[in-house]
Amino acid sequence: MLQISCPWCGLRPEGEFVCLGEAVPPRPDPAALTAGEWAASLANRANIRGLHAERWWHVRSCGRILTIWRDTVTHAIAPGPDGTAAPEAAP
Amino acid sequence: MTARRLAHGGIIERSQPLSFRFDGMELSGFAGDTVASALMANDVALVGRSFKLHRPRGFFGAGHEDGVMVSRLSPRAATNQLATVTPLEQDATYVSVSTWPNARHDIGAAAQWFSRLLPAGFYYKTFMLPNWHLFEPFIRGAAGLGRVPDPAWEPVSESRFGDCDVLVVGAGPAGLAAALTAARSGTSVMLVDDGEAPGGRLVLDGIDDGGWVSRTKAELEALPHVRLLRRATVWGYHEHNLLTVIERRPADAPDLDFRNWKIRARQVVIAAGAHERPIPFADGDRPGVMLASAARSFLHRHGVLAGERAVLFANNDSARGAALDLAKAGAAVTLVDIRPDAGGTAAAALAQRGVTLIAGGCVLRAIGSRRVKAVEMRHADGRLATLPCDLVALSGGWNPAFHLASQSREAKSVWHHDLATFVASHGEGRFRLAGAARGVFEAGACARDGMEAGQAALRAVDREGPAIDLPDLDDPFVARSVAPLWFVPPRRRRDKVFVDLSGDVTTADLGLALREGYDSIELVKRYTTAGMGVDQGKSGNVNVIGIVGALTGQATERVGTTTFRPPYVPVEFGAIAGARHKARLYPWRNTPLTDWHLARGAVMYEAGLRWQRPGFHPLPGEDWQAAASREARAVRNGVGVYDGTPLGKFQLKGPDVGKLLDLVYISDFGKVAVGRGKYGVMMTDDGLIMDDGVAFCLAEDRWLLHSSTGAADRVHAHLEQIVQVHRPDWQVSVIPVTTQWANATVCGPRARDVLAALEPDFDISRTALPFMGMVEGHLGTIPVRVFRVSWTGELSFELNTPARHAAALWEMVMAAGEPFGITPVGSEANHILRVEAGYISTGHEVDGTADPHDLGLGALVSATKPDFLGKHAMAMRRECDPERFELVGLLPSDPDRSVLEGAPLTPDGDKVDQEGFVSACVRSVALDRVIALGLLRDGRSRIGEVVHARIRHEIVPLRVVAPVFHDADRARVRS
Repeated sequence: MLQISCPWCGLRPEGEFVCLGEAVPPRPDPAALTAGEWAASLANRANIRGLHAERWWHVRSCGRILTIWRDTVTHAIAPGPDGTAAPEAAP
Repeated sequence: MTARRLAHGGIIERSQPLSFRFDGMELSGFAGDTVASALMANDVALVGRSFKLHRPRGFFGAGHEDGVMVSRLSPRAATNQLATVTPLEQDATYVSVSTWPNARHDIGAAAQWFSRLLPAGFYYKTFMLPNWHLFEPFIRGAAGLGRVPDPAWEPVSESRFGDCDVLVVGAGPAGLAAALTAARSGTSVMLVDDGEAPGGRLVLDGIDDGGWVSRTKAELEALPHVRLLRRATVWGYHEHNLLTVIERRPADAPDLDFRNWKIRARQVVIAAGAHERPIPFADGDRPGVMLASAARSFLHRHGVLAGERAVLFANNDSARGAALDLAKAGAAVTLVDIRPDAGGTAAAALAQRGVTLIAGGCVLRAIGSRRVKAVEMRHADGRLATLPCDLVALSGGWNPAFHLASQSREAKSVWHHDLATFVASHGEGRFRLAGAARGVFEAGACARDGMEAGQAALRAVDREGPAIDLPDLDDPFVARSVAPLWFVPPRRRRDKVFVDLSGDVTTADLGLALREGYDSIELVKRYTTAGMGVDQGKSGNVNVIGIVGALTGQATERVGTTTFRPPYVPVEFGAIAGARHKARLYPWRNTPLTDWHLARGAVMYEAGLRWQRPGFHPLPGEDWQAAASREARAVRNGVGVYDGTPLGKFQLKGPDVGKLLDLVYISDFGKVAVGRGKYGVMMTDDGLIMDDGVAFCLAEDRWLLHSSTGAADRVHAHLEQIVQVHRPDWQVSVIPVTTQWANATVCGPRARDVLAALEPDFDISRTALPFMGMVEGHLGTIPVRVFRVSWTGELSFELNTPARHAAALWEMVMAAGEPFGITPVGSEANHILRVEAGYISTGHEVDGTADPHDLGLGALVSATKPDFLGKHAMAMRRECDPERFELVGLLPSDPDRSVLEGAPLTPDGDKVDQEGFVSACVRSVALDRVIALGLLRDGRSRIGEVVHARIRHEIVPLRVVAPVFHDADRARVRS
């Protein structure tokens, strides 16, 4: 069971969260993409072995959706490759 | 009599005798015994049968490296309890498993005679034709261990959380020293040990510690920040230093079988010791053959001498200790050591104790079937001899127990030449290994190693730990200079050399697997099941790796190890579940009206997401169909009321609510006025319907959105992700209010009459409160929000009130409706009514593959909005694949023939790919016949055709019709 740091609540057990999967970028404007690009943005995920940016929803507590870097091999939650705690500005 | 209890020795309570039964025998033991030690003390050597071949088996180990299970019939039925770690209980009745009628006389033992026909992979090879599934039930019946306990089983386990700065695994010399070092610094420590009392090898091997163990135990027990768990095994090392621990018969709760701990530790010291491995030889699985460490452990821990005439067979020094101990306890001992120079400095000590040493000898075969009677051996000069014996004790070297380190995924196993086994290589981040678990075997060195590990753990939590006084321990014989011997090749082809007793795996099976091309150790393991049994290969796995290396001509270290995964020891699912049983695991959700429904004899259904709702309210003598039809007729002809509370409800607030609704719904929501609502279909961005519902505009910046009961959590997550992730610049909040509002939905042609009788302080006329209108006001003194929404195809008022008023409102409705024959309606009647009206349902027609056009909702799709969720994917999919399953009505040719919901529709009913399916089928009260809805390929263009539902033994013809059976122009809904 992971321990996940919520920006609002601090270090909390995984059971309070729901995983929302890979931290895909905010939904693009479909009009600006080709059909192929749009399909890829919907379906293609990196499925990384190693540091993986992912979203978790603190649904059984404050409701915050947060983004973390998690190593999919060791489960270590660590700063990302660029040194940031989260791969994007927290929503 | 060969195995017996000694008058002295062991950590049992001879003043507390316990009587028990095993396979019908009346026996006795002492408090402090395990089931295994008590059976040994009673000289019961044959205690079970092997899993596949039903060969007689006895105890091979004295702890978790053993695989003999027993079932306890009373007190508290429990199956598959590992006998070597299960505490003996007064008046308990145990039976052997994998046997019938019992271990001594076992019908299944006939399997041995056909063993040549039962090689690895036998079942899958033999029972392929015509079909594995034909044979599977019989094979499953013959295989397996004990029987599952009675269905009336109630949990006898509990769960607990724990946390500490330093968790120490194992209370041997290393673990005790680590725990004491850490504890003296004042930091919080948990010491988890699977023994009856701390001491580890110091107890099991009877090493004189000068009172150090009891002094250390007393000091630790006196410290408030230290917790000792005995009879407790760490079985999993999970992410972020969460360790799971199974505690058997907790000392503070004798009514519990197990307590399962989840402990978060900042630092872990793994001092789990090591497992001795055997030297496999022909028929070396006979009762009376065991590990040398097991014989030594039964002796020192339980005061049980495992045999009077012992042959020890070894390739390392550690067996000398066992030989001396057994001789001292009165056994006649012969030590057969494969090393020509085996005597060394210990020769004199052995001779003094009367131990016969045969250096350079090799044990070839065990003689005796239900119990070993002798061994056949070869002397160094090649001479064969037979040694009579009743105990064969094996030592093929020791395997450090670094399983937990491996489970952490931060350690790798590497070959250690001198110890002839694998040890762990790892960084020192969150755990460190100490003592035998990292290949340090000598007891005094273990204590020092443990202390240093304790100090290192303290440094990692920013503490200091001064050195402690270490005990002076005399432990001269440990497994160094091991001469690897992975197995003794059998002299006769028919002799079996078992390498894994739990799975009945022989050297021949390993050879077969390699010949058939399973050349990686991971494949050999899966094909032969070596290491996959009860003991998970704790003692045998390194031999398996060595043998695979020998057979393939590779160095052992090149073969590699299989992956270590939790659980380290067998753990019952019931122990993990603890008290989380049935509704305590996953509670029901009840509306404020559940009690009312139950008092009226309602049969309750789950409406989705664990919500309890009435299925139907039977009157005396009615079956479900009669009750459901009566309730549905009441709604069609008069008036009914149902509890709509479980419906998902979300309040959306903020200036950008309109943008959110226009993004998530397929229709335009911009033109909806305050006080009006709109039906909406919600798609995910992959262009498929997720849910449908209504949204009402309470104020410019405040909306109420209703979802299906079962989809409420999904819809919540969907909306939150849009608001928080995809459109964080929008000012909208999503507040789930499902349980805040109760809902009594009054429906039927007389619904307005009932509402009028409820003293509304608002206008309920058709013009003031039209279809899809809403109003806030009071019925008498009760505050309500009334929505004109219908899912029944009739005039309908959803009366929402804060949950605390629900019961009062419901009683009022029932009283006011009485003159009109108001009838409470359940899910079954709801289903009939919505199918007649042709309304779609999430989970039936909305099955995750349908888009709005498929379900005849194309008219709702906005033509003007440039974007909404699902728009683009839906367009792309329809362009690529215009042949879609479309919603149709279906009428069985026989009006009384109902069709199972979900039944496939296939061309002419042939056994070919389906062209659709029946999504719902009910007995209509409006048409007095069976009607159905379904999805059919190109269905809308096939109205009038006959299609076929393919059911198990029958093909049912159905005529395709429009998917509305009642009030097609919706005049009644809008009345």
